Amino acid sequence: MGINWEFVITALPLYEKAAWLTLKLALWGILSSLVIGLLCSIVLYYKTKGLAPLVRGYIELSRNTPLLIQLFFLYYGLTKLGIVLSEQTCAIVGLAFLGGSYMAEAFRGGVESVSKSQIESGLSIGLSNLQLIRYVILPQAFSVTLPSLGANCIFLLKETSIVGAIAIPDLMHVTQDLIGMYYQTFEALLMLVIAYLILLLPVSFFLTWLERKVRYAEFGN
Amino acid sequence: MKLNGRAKEAFIISTTKDQVLLEIQGLRKDYGTTTVLNDINLTIHKGEVVVILGPSGCGKSTLLRCLNGLEAIQGGEIRFAGKNLTGKNVHWQEYRQKIGMVFQNYDLFPHMSVIENILLGPLQVQKRPKKEVLEQAQQLLERVGLLNRKDAYPRELSGGQKQRIAIVRALCMNPEIMLFDEVTAALDPEMVREVLDVILGLAKQGMTMVIVTHEMGFAQAVADRIVFIDAGNICEIAKPAEFFANPQTERAQQFLNIFQF
Amino acid sequence: MLNSGISVLTEGSNLLRLMGGLLITARIALIAIILGSLLGIIVGLVRTSKSRVLRFICRFYLELFRIIPILVWLFFVYFGVPGIFDIHLEGELVAVIVFSLWGAAEMGDIVRGALESLPKHQIESGKALGLNFWQLYRFVLLPQATRRMLPGAINLSTRMVKTTSLVVMIGVIDVVKVGQQIIERSILKEPTSSFWIYGFIFILYFIICYPLSKLSKKLEAKWES
Repeated sequence: MGINWEFVITALPLYEKAAWLTLKLALWGILSSLVIGLLCSIVLYYKTKGLAPLVRGYIELSRNTPLLIQLFFLYYGLTKLGIVLSEQTCAIVGLAFLGGSYMAEAFRGGVESVSKSQIESGLSIGLSNLQLIRYVILPQAFSVTLPSLGANCIFLLKETSIVGAIAIPDLMHVTQDLIGMYYQTFEALLMLVIAYLILLLPVSFFLTWLERKVRYAEFGN
Repeated sequence: MKLNGRAKEAFIISTTKDQVLLEIQGLRKDYGTTTVLNDINLTIHKGEVVVILGPSGCGKSTLLRCLNGLEAIQGGEIRFAGKNLTGKNVHWQEYRQKIGMVFQNYDLFPHMSVIENILLGPLQVQKRPKKEVLEQAQQLLERVGLLNRKDAYPRELSGGQKQRIAIVRALCMNPEIMLFDEVTAALDPEMVREVLDVILGLAKQGMTMVIVTHEMGFAQAVADRIVFIDAGNICEIAKPAEFFANPQTERAQQFLNIFQF
Repeated sequence: MLNSGISVLTEGSNLLRLMGGLLITARIALIAIILGSLLGIIVGLVRTSKSRVLRFICRFYLELFRIIPILVWLFFVYFGVPGIFDIHLEGELVAVIVFSLWGAAEMGDIVRGALESLPKHQIESGKALGLNFWQLYRFVLLPQATRRMLPGAINLSTRMVKTTSLVVMIGVIDVVKVGQQIIERSILKEPTSSFWIYGFIFILYFIICYPLSKLSKKLEAKWES
């Protein structure tokens, strides 16, 4: 079972291009989800009338449905309403829609991890609500939120593997094409797996390192 | 005494000794349909040390939390230096600078060093000049014997040390009255003494204090008056010597028996 | 314009066919969850064993499934295995294999976490009573560990149900594929059918997954010890 190295070398640029595309989509998806997640968690924290139940509904809806269906609905379904999105926009919107709720949960977990007694302690020295958030809640919430945010980033990066389903020339699509056209199945799959490892392993190690660093600065009471 | 409109700075109280600092009238506190505090009446003068005793769940911690606005009351009045602390639109932020509170679990901010913990309130809330606050903080730290730990983080300190820092943090706000909520309950026995000594020191200097505690010996030593609460009602108020030697009520006697072997 | 499109759901045997597809989805998910859980318990036990080698192998196995996207795994087995071993695999079989292996890996981690979180003195008390290894696990540890495992296990099941939507990419005629077939047929008559069909499938997944995730949260809150 030898490897057809010639094929590998020829296919390499295709994989590289696809990997960059995957990375780009993931990055936009992650950034958008962070923004959406932050906004959602602010609404939930202040229990804004009218908006809070909507946000909660959104979170439940996006967390309990598969990304594939969300993408299909966006790409094929919404066109019927006159909303036409390009494939890439669709992918990013889909990732943002799904990711936003995960990020919101991460932020919420961080804020809730700050105990009531910490807040009372801050109140008892006369801190205002704004000062409470700035000096007591945010710094402590951050170290709890960070690992979750990191895990979500990896999750979204992996979910980009699905966007190939709406005709985006990502890694999965390239692999499928190559298998279909040249029958170099093993080489194509090998490159696919390696491509994802290259994308995901560094991120995973970086996040583990970051977590450890934040935990060092961590502080038990 | 004039107040500067809605001044965010601490307001100055010039009180004289024996002036009434805290007045509680007919206070009632409910949790849902259960009444946990019923018709509490208490007057505290400047310089007085009042110790609140009672069995678990009798409402003593709740009473303290009501005084600081951490719990809302459903009936009665609280007046602090003549100001009404009940009703809507109470600017707790102002009053809390004058009412210092120390909790059972110290609750120092774990992400700040000792000195940062202490300086936060005076600098950010009271907007006092840093030099002045730093000097005061160092003096207070010296008094509790922890000046050398001023740059340490809470996780590096023992329970007793953290509690002493918590007291310093509250003192640095220049409160008129200090509330202590079972501050030694979570400490190992060896550390209880060092904290109680600090409180005794404060009493000698004339700080007005309301203390909730289970330490009977300490209560007898520090109190000007003992307030015994049972099931949400004040059962008995007496001077410590009288209370411990000769409790007037049955329930007080039962309570004291718990501590006798 | 949209209003008329909804008829694509009620027309003919469309709904029935969708349900048929859903059955396939459910079948894959169910078999994978059961197999995954059973295997997972074994993997979890192995991960608490004293052998560093065994622990490492299991940990590596878990990380493989965590780093590599499930869709990549599906492709790998569906296209790769026939190539190497010269056998033909049905999409559904591939799905069951990959999902079971994934489930076992994740379940193993959940089981390990649950076992490790049990207080040590439980083991010591059991030994003091004279229980041997198997009795210890059967009567003392596993019943208590089950409580801690359940929320995570339900959460995993929910994730697996959602991921079954991917099997359409390896040719399985699941609810998504059936939906696509219906759209292809109806698209000329009812141009908005893709909106309604995908919308319907969206709701279907929600109906299945939402109760599960609510149950998991309820159990977690109830057993917060």
